[in-house]
Amino acid sequence: MNTVLSRANSLFAFSLSVMAALTFGCFITTAFKDRSVPVDIHVSRVMLKNVDDFTGPRERSDLGFITFDLSADLKPIFDWNVKQLFLYLSAEYATKSNALNQVVLWDKIVLRGESTKLNLRDMKSKYFFFDDGNGLRANKNITLTLSWNVVPNAGILPLVMGAGRMSVPFPESYETTKSY
Amino acid sequence: MSFQKTLTRRMLSLDFLDDVRRMNKRQLYYQVLNFGMIVSSALMIWKGLMVVTGSESPIVVVLSGSMEPAFHRGDLLFLTNRVEDPIRVGEIVVFRIEGREIPIVHRVLKIHEKENGDIKFLTKGDNNAVDDRGLYKQGQHWLEKKDVVGRARGFVPYIGIVTILMNDYPKFKYAVLFLLGLFVLVHRE
Repeated sequence: MNTVLSRANSLFAFSLSVMAALTFGCFITTAFKDRSVPVDIHVSRVMLKNVDDFTGPRERSDLGFITFDLSADLKPIFDWNVKQLFLYLSAEYATKSNALNQVVLWDKIVLRGESTKLNLRDMKSKYFFFDDGNGLRANKNITLTLSWNVVPNAGILPLVMGAGRMSVPFPESYETTKSY
Repeated sequence: MSFQKTLTRRMLSLDFLDDVRRMNKRQLYYQVLNFGMIVSSALMIWKGLMVVTGSESPIVVVLSGSMEPAFHRGDLLFLTNRVEDPIRVGEIVVFRIEGREIPIVHRVLKIHEKENGDIKFLTKGDNNAVDDRGLYKQGQHWLEKKDVVGRARGFVPYIGIVTILMNDYPKFKYAVLFLLGLFVLVHRE
């Protein structure tokens, strides 16, 4: 330990070990936490159209429009190992051609330090709700859930579903006059 | 003659080479075998990880900024690709587009799954304004299970910068490998 080089070497090795231990500590102290909180979803308006799917395969498909309200308190989820939450509202349903369909209607990134109270009213969907085919018409059961992807400082990336869901039926006929 | 040799050696501080010269053949073979052991252990661990996670590339480095602020260039992702875990929306998938080598790390936006398990899905990067259909092959609208390298399950920041540096500056990579090899071969312990 009598040259600058060997001192620098030990210092470097020690810093690396400490950082590795801290990172592992971050991961192991939060690996088994339950990250779910209650969520309140309410749907105020549902409309259905049938148009060419301009977002992809150009076939006539069902296009749904949902206006929704969301409220949740996300504060209990944030701790020393949460960098951000990626929230997404997804609609899940079954049709004759596909046994399971899931479509993300809306998403939001909540960074650590930002406001954690979610209270949104009369929100329109961010992404077009196109079905793969014509399976939305007269579909009795479209279930909306709010979930989030917890992005840690280091560690596991879990997908957590909020405790609260809302099921809506879609109308029997297509809307040809009103615009959204 | 011997004075000049000693002087040169002292000036260049090549004392450690004395260790190599003092080694006899047996010790040299031992050093080489040691080196081989280290390399094959690393390879075994990598292949073992591939089997356990079911992914052909269980650890990837994030190469682009399309998933910011969650992941930045140089972050390390741990992937699994087990058949029992179905692909669902919200998951972060690492996929390859047919004919292209570079894996892309984006999030699943939409899935349509048939009863027999055949699934087609759409992805989008968090930091991109539109979905990935512009990135897919001409005429391709969906991704399938075969395009998936793995799903991101764990994450460590910054560590992958070394890989990016080595890719962008190949001379750096060769220098590091050369120095490591030299160090292992020459060091006696």
